[in-house]
Amino acid sequence: MDSGSLLANVAILVLAGFVGFAVISKVPNTLHTPLMSGTNAIHGIVLLGGLVVLGELRDPSVLDSVILVVAIAFGTINIVGGFLVTDRMLGMFKPRASRERAGEKGDA
Amino acid sequence: MMATLVTVLYIVAFGLFITGLMGLTGPKTAVRGNKIAALGMAVAVVATLLRVENNWPLIVVGLILGTAVGIPSARRVKMTAMPQMVALFNGVGGGAVALIAWSEFRTSGGFADTATYVAAASVFAALIGSVSFWGSLIAFGKLQEILPGRPIGFGKRQQPVNLLMLVAAVACAVLAGLGGASQAWMILLLVFAAVLGVMVVLPIGGADMPVVISLLNALTGLSAAAAGVALGNTAMIVAGMIVGASGSILTNQMALAMNRTVPAIVAGGFGGGGVLPGAG
Repeated sequence: MDSGSLLANVAILVLAGFVGFAVISKVPNTLHTPLMSGTNAIHGIVLLGGLVVLGELRDPSVLDSVILVVAIAFGTINIVGGFLVTDRMLGMFKPRASRERAGEKGDA
Repeated sequence: MMATLVTVLYIVAFGLFITGLMGLTGPKTAVRGNKIAALGMAVAVVATLLRVENNWPLIVVGLILGTAVGIPSARRVKMTAMPQMVALFNGVGGGAVALIAWSEFRTSGGFADTATYVAAASVFAALIGSVSFWGSLIAFGKLQEILPGRPIGFGKRQQPVNLLMLVAAVACAVLAGLGGASQAWMILLLVFAAVLGVMVVLPIGGADMPVVISLLNALTGLSAAAAGVALGNTAMIVAGMIVGASGSILTNQMALAMNRTVPAIVAGGFGGGGVLPGAG
């Protein structure tokens, strides 16, 4: 990758940081844990790193294969588990009187 | 052509991530927001799979393994055990970053021939990823009551010891990044960072743990962004950095909601107590 795309990537990095700050300006206390869980699932994006590295590697050694397969499995767990757990947490918000119940959960 | 398609799909994924996150901040839109973010992730993964050239069987094994472990553990966990489950999922994410950075070091035969910024981003990702992995495991252990919830540590000597570990890890990171072909520095980096992660989280009491998990979550996001810079993968940069930034704010808000400050919590040893130490 040449330095031009490095600068472009740094620009993307900085802008994404500002987007992150802007999106989470004020969050009600009851949503802290689900939001943490949701962002947790999103950083499962590291899975892509495992896919890219292993997808480009020719004839990987056994150790490299093991490291990267574990990395891919970890990333998949992060994504699949993260989104499912968030969905289950938020499921508690659906029924009526959601605020009270959510308040209970927030303390747990 | 394929590269263009992948980029376009990545851009679609960014839009879905941001829309999803905005949804997650409101009680009425949160459920939908989570699903939108999950859809974005699916788009990003499928786009990346389009670029895979080699090792399909291994990749499929990894994906199946992760799904087979992830779905049941997320389904079965009790509602009361949610925070530690989030810690565990966060930990494996950090572990994945550390492993990817290590494999990058191995496949490039040390960082001698790679650009400086790639080496720097990789060792940063390895350091933070390892801290996050081991710190999250300790947080999980404490909340699951495998480890005692009360603060464990060296008391006043804790901070110097932690600082020493950080210096050792950074020194190894510099040595590994400067292009020594020896893997020892990379492994030592991961080990020192692991000890650091354990040492930082162990002295923190169970009551403060959600804030710590949120902090580790933000750190994993940052390490994912660093790994993205190293690999030149924009999806990882964007998603990782959004999590890093929003996670930091969220950590601060969670600490404020408990009448605590983040430095006071991380300084440790006061967990669960109502006393606000003068750390700032």
